[in-house]
Amino acid sequence: MTTKVLGLLAFVAMLVALYMIFLFAPTEATQGNAQRIFYIHVPLAIVGAYGSAILLFTGCLAFLTTRDFKWDRFAACSAEMGVVFTTAQLLTAIMWAKPIWGAWYTFDSRGTLQLVLLLIFIAYFMLRSYLPDREKRAKLCGVFGLLGMVDVPINYLSIYLFRTQHPQPVVSPGGGGLDPDMEKTFLVSFIAITLFYAYVFVKRLRLAKIEEEVEYLNQVVLANE
Amino acid sequence: MFALESDDIRKTFGHFTALGGVTLTVERGEFVALFGRNGAGKTTFLKIAATLVKHTHGKLRIQGVDISEEPEQARRHIGFLSHNTYLYRDLNPVENLTFFARLYGVSDPEARINSLLKRVGLDRRMSHPVRSFSRGLHQRLGIARVMLHDPSLILLDEPYTGLDANAVDILNQMLDEAAAAGKTIILTTHDLEQGLRSATRAVIIDRGKIVFSGNPKDQSTRDAYAGYIRIGTAR
Amino acid sequence: MKPITAIVFKDIVIEMRSKESISSMLMFGILVLVIFLFAFESRGLEKGMVGPGELWVAYSFAAILGLNRSLAMEIDNDCLQGLLLAPLGRGELYIGKVASNFAFMMIAEFVVLPVFFILNNLNFDRRFFGIAGVSVLGTLGIAAVGTILSTISGNTRMKEVILPILQIPLTVPVVIAAVEATSQIMNNDKPEISAWLTILAGFSIVYLTVSYLVFEFAVEE
Repeated sequence: MTTKVLGLLAFVAMLVALYMIFLFAPTEATQGNAQRIFYIHVPLAIVGAYGSAILLFTGCLAFLTTRDFKWDRFAACSAEMGVVFTTAQLLTAIMWAKPIWGAWYTFDSRGTLQLVLLLIFIAYFMLRSYLPDREKRAKLCGVFGLLGMVDVPINYLSIYLFRTQHPQPVVSPGGGGLDPDMEKTFLVSFIAITLFYAYVFVKRLRLAKIEEEVEYLNQVVLANE
Repeated sequence: MFALESDDIRKTFGHFTALGGVTLTVERGEFVALFGRNGAGKTTFLKIAATLVKHTHGKLRIQGVDISEEPEQARRHIGFLSHNTYLYRDLNPVENLTFFARLYGVSDPEARINSLLKRVGLDRRMSHPVRSFSRGLHQRLGIARVMLHDPSLILLDEPYTGLDANAVDILNQMLDEAAAAGKTIILTTHDLEQGLRSATRAVIIDRGKIVFSGNPKDQSTRDAYAGYIRIGTAR
Repeated sequence: MKPITAIVFKDIVIEMRSKESISSMLMFGILVLVIFLFAFESRGLEKGMVGPGELWVAYSFAAILGLNRSLAMEIDNDCLQGLLLAPLGRGELYIGKVASNFAFMMIAEFVVLPVFFILNNLNFDRRFFGIAGVSVLGTLGIAAVGTILSTISGNTRMKEVILPILQIPLTVPVVIAAVEATSQIMNNDKPEISAWLTILAGFSIVYLTVSYLVFEFAVEE
């Protein structure tokens, strides 16, 4: 029941956000319409990339301390969301960068951090796929997830330091001060994407539980043959 | 104080229940032969006792030490032999045993290693790398490794598999000596006669639970063995 | 302390017997330097620009080779189980393996670094010692993370293949910091490396600590 409400809210919020992004928010002076990507790109980064990272860390730590498999499912779903949303966010980044900069990729601090984060999410998945045994998979992925997420702040520090030593003119997609209409648009978009993320995450968790039950039933069938 | 006290030990691997509650008390000096079909849980139980596998429920004490609370302390009392010998192929017997002696903090290691190697008949191959050994020689060195730190509880998981007659004799002699010295031995095997040879108790595990415990000399043991292992679960 | 040194000593004796690990790490490291030589020589790129990156690429891939070898040794004959039976904490076992992996990587780098200096026509002045120092710190981080990751990857059927996939993303901070510090030393008379050294040290401390605490989950059956 709550999931349906969540889904409905997310849907409505997305519609409102889309309206605001394309029709309500004023066109930015220097960047033109390409700047509108910012309303999607930044929330995707915060919720999709960093949010997933925090969820993955939580799931792994919780599994290692409680050994309850629901946390392993939680961690796996977070990593999956992380892969999808971080990829989407990096795509929006390059879509924005090309018209503004003329370059696909500029090795800026945020983009690079997110690229490495994506690689860690993908590595987590590859490890999962190579471990057929449920218990081993949960333990080893729990350890790797923990090690991977501990890396994120250190990564951030080193990439940030690198950028300060080799500064590049940074044009953040946000530009300078934000027009109040732009602020509103950004806020609505942020809420919409968060709701959307939450809805998809809850559905994915449910699916993961069902997948596990199916796997169990398969094993029982095989054992009795 | 008992040599081994297991209280409702359970182990699940994912969805599969390997041990459904094993409660077993082994007194010091007992020689227990543990029988069971493949997949019954004998190896799992032994590995839990050796702290190689973590149990999901229950308590297990070795010489009064709880393996969950003080695993390192418990391991000092345990010697575990499986069909993998855990020996480094690039090293020779002396180097292998010296390494394990250091890990266990054995006093006067050289003398002990020399006498053990003599005992297992490897004194003429002391400087040959283990890589060149046959299975029988491997297992003999494995026996030496197990006895090295003079453990009070010796756990053996199907130790007779793949052994030649000489190695079987050496193993049996060493087990008899250990038993005479008051060590506790738990041994799993498929071979009824070998298992019953020197055992003071026969225990049968089936589907993760203990279904029989008795005197190996009694006919009831052979009947139980036939019932559970040869034919199928006794109904 | 004694069991940890026993592990390192045992690994050294085995390595002296087979000589497989260090020689392959060494050769691989030198080959990477040589490839860079051919790849970039004709472009007329400044040695100072490519050099630091080249060195750390060589180190990173040689390290992965060494880690795979070390892992293979413990998988053979299930020797890891023998170590788990010993009255040794899981965390201490981890430290022992880190120490021996680190030692082997250092021995290989002891040869690769001078070769790097020769191929890049650098003088063996105080810069050599500066870069050697950075090498030690960076390698410690790689060994710390690589030891637990190789233990994890050893449980999969694609052991050697998955290790670089797990390791390279995690060691990005080490590579960034080490390359920057090396570049500073190579190109500046007054190199500013304190921030980079802090990152390298911090990385090692964090990973040694976290891995020490969770190592038991990686080795449990």
